[in-house]
Amino acid sequence: MGLQLYYTLVKFGAESALGTAVALSLIRELGPVLTALMVVGQAGSAMASELGIQRNDEQIDALQTMSIDPLGFLVGPRLVATLICFPILTAIFDLIGIFGGYLTGSVLLNVDSGVYWNRVFESVTWADVQGGYIKALVFGLLTISICAYRGYNTHRKASFPGVRGVSESATRAVVWSSVTVLAADYLITSFLM
Amino acid sequence: MDSFLKIRGLKKYFGDNRVLDGIDLDVTAASVMTIIGKSGIGKSVLLKCIANLLQPEAGIIELDGQAISQSRRNAQIDAGVSFSYMFQNNALFDSLTAFENVALPLREASKLNKAEIQERVDEMLVHLELSDSADRYPGELSGGMKKRVALGRALITKPQVVLFDEPTTGLDPERKFSVFEMIADYRERFGFTALLVSHDIPEVFEISDQVAWLDEGQIKFFGKPEDLNTNAQSALSGFLSKANYGLKSSPLNGANE
Ligand SMILES: Nc1ncnc2c1ncn2[C@@H]1O[C@H](COP(=O)(O)OP(=O)(O)OP(=O)(O)O)[C@@H](O)[C@H]1O
Ligand SMILES: [Mg+2]
Repeated sequence: MGLQLYYTLVKFGAESALGTAVALSLIRELGPVLTALMVVGQAGSAMASELGIQRNDEQIDALQTMSIDPLGFLVGPRLVATLICFPILTAIFDLIGIFGGYLTGSVLLNVDSGVYWNRVFESVTWADVQGGYIKALVFGLLTISICAYRGYNTHRKASFPGVRGVSESATRAVVWSSVTVLAADYLITSFLM
Repeated sequence: MDSFLKIRGLKKYFGDNRVLDGIDLDVTAASVMTIIGKSGIGKSVLLKCIANLLQPEAGIIELDGQAISQSRRNAQIDAGVSFSYMFQNNALFDSLTAFENVALPLREASKLNKAEIQERVDEMLVHLELSDSADRYPGELSGGMKKRVALGRALITKPQVVLFDEPTTGLDPERKFSVFEMIADYRERFGFTALLVSHDIPEVFEISDQVAWLDEGQIKFFGKPEDLNTNAQSALSGFLSKANYGLKSSPLNGANE
C-alpha cells in the first residue's frame, strides 16, 4: 500500500504526504475493516461451525434441559473476548501498517524518514483514533452476532441437516459478516465525517 | 392414582411423518415408567416433546398438575420441577473433561460452592467407576464411559424428574446391570419420577413400575411389566419375542428376588 500510494503521490510531486496518507487511511478505514475481515475469516467461521456442531450434537439442547442459558454460556464469553480483541488487533494492524509505510517509503524509496513520521503524528487526531476504535467495536459486535446466529440456528437455517448444514452455516456466516462490515463501515464513516 | 406427569392427545408430525399421533400417558410420582418400541417409532421424539425441545402439534403435557407452556424456554422451571434429560447420543461437551461435564449443571445452575461441587462430583464419579478418567475429554473415552458420564450429569442435580433415553445401550452386561442398579438406587434415595426408553428387554423391567409400548404413534399397551405376558396383543408379543422376552420368566427376575 505504501508503494501504491508513493507512486500515486509522486505523480503530483507530493510524496512527502505519504505519512499522512498511510496513517489516515489505515486508522480511519483499512485498519478496522481489514482486521474485521481477517477475524471473520478465522474466528468467525470457526465459531459458526463450532456452534453448528454443538447444535447438531444436541449440546445446545442439553444446556437448555440443564436450565443453562445456551446463548449466555456459549456466546457470552466469546462476545466479551471479541470486544476486547477487536480494538487491540486493529491497533496492531494500524501500527504494523504505518511502520510498513515507513519501510517502503523511507527505506526502499526516497521519502525522508523525519518527514514521514512528522506527517504521521501531525495528521492523526484523537478523533481519528476514536473513530477507528468505534468501528472496531461495532464490527466486532456485528460479526460475532451474525456468526453466532448462523451457527446457533443451523438446524433451522441450513438447507441440509448434519455436516453440510454446518459448513453452509460457516460459509453464510463469513459472507454475511463481510458484507455487513463493509456496509457498516460506509454508514459509520458518513456519520463520523 | 395421582399422576405426576400427565400427557393427553400429544401429536407431533414431521411433514407427512406422523410420529406421535395422540399419546396419552400417566406417570405416577416417584415411579419409573419404561417406554419400549421399535427403533425409529418416536420414543426419543416423545421425550423431547416432554423436555420442551420439540414443539408438538397438539396435546397437553402436565408436570405436577401444571401444564408446561410450550412457548417458554424453561417450562420445567416455570412448573417448579427440577428436571434432567439423558440424551441418547450423550450430548457431552467435548471441550470439557468428564469431571467438568458432570459438574456443569451444578456450576452453572446451582448455588453450591466449589468445594461442595468437587465433593459431590467426586462421589458421583466413584459410583460410575470413572474416577480414573475424570480428567479425560469425551473424545478420549469409550462409548460406554461416555454413557456413564452422561448418566452422572443427569443425576448430579438430584432432579425430581429424569428422562433417560437408552441409558444402557452399548454397555457390557455387567455395566448395564450396574447402571440399572444405580438408577434404582438414586430413585430410592431421592424419589425421582423417571421416564426411561430402553431396548434392554427384559433387564429394564427389573427397575420399571410401568411399561408403555409405543407403536404407530400411540401407546398401544400400558401396564405392569408382569402383565406384558398375559395381556400381550399379538403385535406386542411379536416384538417381545424378538427381544428374547418369552413367556418364561427372565433369569434376572429369579436371580434378584
Ligand atoms: N428433527 C427431525 N426431523 C425430521 N424427522 C425426525 C426428526 N427427529 C426424528 N424424526 C423422525 O421421527 C421418527 C422417530 O424418531 P425417534 O428418534 O424418536 O425414534 P426412536 O424411537 O427414538 O428410535 P431409536 O430406538 O432408534 O432411538 C423417525 O422416523 C425419524 O425419522
Ligand atoms: Mg431414540
